[in-house]
Amino acid sequence: MPSSHLSHWGLLVTGDPLIYGADASIILASVGIVFVLTYFKKWKWLWKEWLTTVDHKRIGIMYLIAAVLMLFRAGTDALLMRTQLALPNEHFLGPSHYDQIFTTHGTVMIFFMAMPFIFALMNIAVPLQIGARDVAFPYLNAVSFWLFFFGAMLLNISFVIGGSPAAGWTSYAPLAGLHFSPGPGENFYLLALQITGIGSIATGINFLATIFKMRAPGMTLMKMPLFTWSIVATNILIIFAFPALAVALALLLIDRIAGAHFFTIHAGGLPMMYINMFWIWGHPEVYIVILPAFGVFSEVVATFSRKTIFGYKAMVSSLLLISVASYFVWAHHFFTMGGGVSVNSFFAVASMLIGIPTGVKVFNWMFTMYRGRIRMKMPMLWTIAFIPCFVLGGATGMMLAVAPADYQYHNSYFLVAHFHEMLIGGVVFGMFAALYYWWPKMFGFLLDEKWGRWAFWLWNIGFYVCFEPQYALGLMGMQRRMYTYPAGMGWTALNFISTIGAFLMGLGFIFMVWDIVYSIFKGERDLTGDPWDGRTLEWSLPSPAPHYNFAVIPTITDRDQWWTLKEQGRQDTLRPQTEDIKPIHMPKNSAKPFLIGIAFFTAGFGFVFGWYVFGAIALFGVVVLLLARSFEYHSDYHIPVDEVIHTETALGRL
Amino acid sequence: MLNTPESKSSLASHHTERFPWKGIIGYIMSIILTAFSMWIVLGHVAQYGTALFIILGLAVLQIFVQLFMFMHVTESDDGPPWQVLGLLAGLLFVATIVGMSMWIMTFNGQAS
Amino acid sequence: MAAIVEYAPGNVPEHDPRPLEYTNKDDSLKIFGFWIFLATDMILFGTLFATFVVLRTHVATGPSGQQLFDIQGFIEETFILLTSSFTGGMATFFMRRGSVRGTVGWLLVTAVLGASFVSLEITEFLHYIALGATMQTSAFLSAFYTLVGTHGAHVSLGIVWMLAIVIQLLRYGITAATARKVFVVNLYWHFLDVVWVFIFTVVYLTGVIK
Repeated sequence: MPSSHLSHWGLLVTGDPLIYGADASIILASVGIVFVLTYFKKWKWLWKEWLTTVDHKRIGIMYLIAAVLMLFRAGTDALLMRTQLALPNEHFLGPSHYDQIFTTHGTVMIFFMAMPFIFALMNIAVPLQIGARDVAFPYLNAVSFWLFFFGAMLLNISFVIGGSPAAGWTSYAPLAGLHFSPGPGENFYLLALQITGIGSIATGINFLATIFKMRAPGMTLMKMPLFTWSIVATNILIIFAFPALAVALALLLIDRIAGAHFFTIHAGGLPMMYINMFWIWGHPEVYIVILPAFGVFSEVVATFSRKTIFGYKAMVSSLLLISVASYFVWAHHFFTMGGGVSVNSFFAVASMLIGIPTGVKVFNWMFTMYRGRIRMKMPMLWTIAFIPCFVLGGATGMMLAVAPADYQYHNSYFLVAHFHEMLIGGVVFGMFAALYYWWPKMFGFLLDEKWGRWAFWLWNIGFYVCFEPQYALGLMGMQRRMYTYPAGMGWTALNFISTIGAFLMGLGFIFMVWDIVYSIFKGERDLTGDPWDGRTLEWSLPSPAPHYNFAVIPTITDRDQWWTLKEQGRQDTLRPQTEDIKPIHMPKNSAKPFLIGIAFFTAGFGFVFGWYVFGAIALFGVVVLLLARSFEYHSDYHIPVDEVIHTETALGRL
Repeated sequence: MLNTPESKSSLASHHTERFPWKGIIGYIMSIILTAFSMWIVLGHVAQYGTALFIILGLAVLQIFVQLFMFMHVTESDDGPPWQVLGLLAGLLFVATIVGMSMWIMTFNGQAS
Repeated sequence: MAAIVEYAPGNVPEHDPRPLEYTNKDDSLKIFGFWIFLATDMILFGTLFATFVVLRTHVATGPSGQQLFDIQGFIEETFILLTSSFTGGMATFFMRRGSVRGTVGWLLVTAVLGASFVSLEITEFLHYIALGATMQTSAFLSAFYTLVGTHGAHVSLGIVWMLAIVIQLLRYGITAATARKVFVVNLYWHFLDVVWVFIFTVVYLTGVIK
């Protein structure tokens, strides 16, 4: 088979049928969207209800849709790679094309699939769980979303315009520097991630302020649901880790566009410093994505075992301990880079210690299930599946933490298998559990169990078939990021099996999409707001919740307040009384977050191609929008009492 | 005792200042600390290591001058001043980033 | 926007002793959120400091701090910025006493001092560049210009922000919202002062220690 030869015609990437196929799909999809919106006259609806919304529930849904689309996109990258590697000596993807594919696979999965997924869950669940009407800064929340969205757009456009980054999702210097990666691809990476990173930091600030300052009266920190606690731990990590990434990316960009010498190999530059800074962010990042999954598991295990979570206090302290400790292990990502014996020893031990609070959590989930009255609904299935998978991956993590041994495992398929086991078995399974769990609250109907089980088994079997052979491949010497391998290494059989597993997971994804489509039309409607007989406040509201969430903010006296009230037969105390209803203070929608996103996208695009004046003008546009917001004094309104009464009555609550 | 949010505030017994004593004292303190730093270095008063230690300590002191004299760091509208915890955590992490980066990067004598 | 303070029924206090910017839930939240933002900015500068410290001795063929730094220049910059921190504090003082003229006046002085700091810094940079010490010369210089320049960019943004607030004070007077804005921009300004103290200590003084 001929190897693909990527070239350029102006800015457009040419030379490969896959690229042309992508071009065609993008154009068709865009035309299709424009056509549908025009035909059904939905432009105004789109603008009013979605593009200018500051409602956390809507923003959460938008994050979710983006995450699922990006899962498809990066999953396709994975299938392309696995297809090439199924047999030795395949070349249908040339080396530089392959490099671009594994780079975008990793970058999109972490930044544009996992992060928006956890932001979706934060937005959907946290304000409802703490009895608040919205987050602390709804406008900023919208800004965060559009920065994420346009950052994702910027990265995704790269493979048809200009060329994708090809230095791996970690983008190490000096490979990622100007000398070895001269094109615009790497600039796309640096600018897209910078833009979305700003949004992430803003989300961190937003949710910490929300959780610390906007809980319903009586809800002390130790009465909060464990998912909310996991979001506290996550956002503490976000605010203290993302600025380090911002600096690492910025300095590399400055090297590239201003000829500086931070990470070059002459004039005193130190490439290892980039790696150091990247992982100062990078290790906390993996905890940022797993902690919300842990929070979800705590909620699901308790709800579907009909039992209070075992060891609430231990669960809280383990979350916080993991959060802080994860900040002190980053050098384990570069044991082999020559930091020295004492450095490696310290980080090895620290990395092992972090397994302890994690283990506490796993045991507590199991103790919760013991003697519980377990219901095997989809969220519970995903949770139970997570446990063995994550424990296995954690065990291999301990192996990798042994610094001298890591010299053998580092950058082999052993490592690849380990981190995929953690990310898929931990994060993705957790996100799927959450998807099924909170779906009725978002949309008012449940996802079908039968199709869900098809997806579940395909994903699970597919996962093990794909990745367990990769541990063996790593031990047999197969390196990561190889675009092909020779015959006669003894690697072929396991690679072939691994590829089958990858396609099984792809099939699982398709079944999940089918589940969603099917359930939109035939899914069981959620008429009570509490389809799982839940424990936390969000289940006391109708599905979907009204615009303002709570007509009257509840007063809390217990942990798992909703469950406690149901046990005592007093759930009606959470229904609003007409005389308690007051005008509800709400923020107005705003076009500025969307416009700020566009401005950043434009600036980023300009800087990618070195059009500095153009980019500077777009940045000036950002400043103008910031000032416009500063001068905005009428950004709120009140929902009058009659309207609240009307809505609540229509929902059957009054 | 009223159970209002503001009665839990650290500002519940706040009195508006009559004369900006805090600001003036803060200003004078920061000038003195800065001048002292300069004298240590530019006057060649101490050895390299000692001088470094002293001026860094003086810089750290200035953090507290700014926080307490100017920034009213412990103020909160209701409940405990969580921002103090946030800042302390930030200080811890900055110390970690700077200190451990220096440590990691000194192998092969790349940093000093 | 009207302030709706969430009192429990029957518990309205006679007089709210808190400063104006804390009497309203939204404004208090924004102050708290800004403190969290400052913690993130600490990490940003901390990482830039770490880079500088690691690359400090990597002077390649270019000059070191010892050879380059204009001592008088950075002393002047330091005292100007420290003074501007004091004048910013005075603006908050007058804001809490309800004086629009006092607040506006002291904010303008602060902005002017900030602008002279920035112009001194630009002159300093241009001077070094004229001597051939550019960002492209060595890792040390790349780190120096980026760390100090990032601080200067922060200050410049702060000046624009202050001027915007001055206009709003003249238009709306001192309300919970404008009081909060004055308070927040001053938090930003004092924070930048602290960062400068570290730049001055770790970059300039350490650069000229013998």
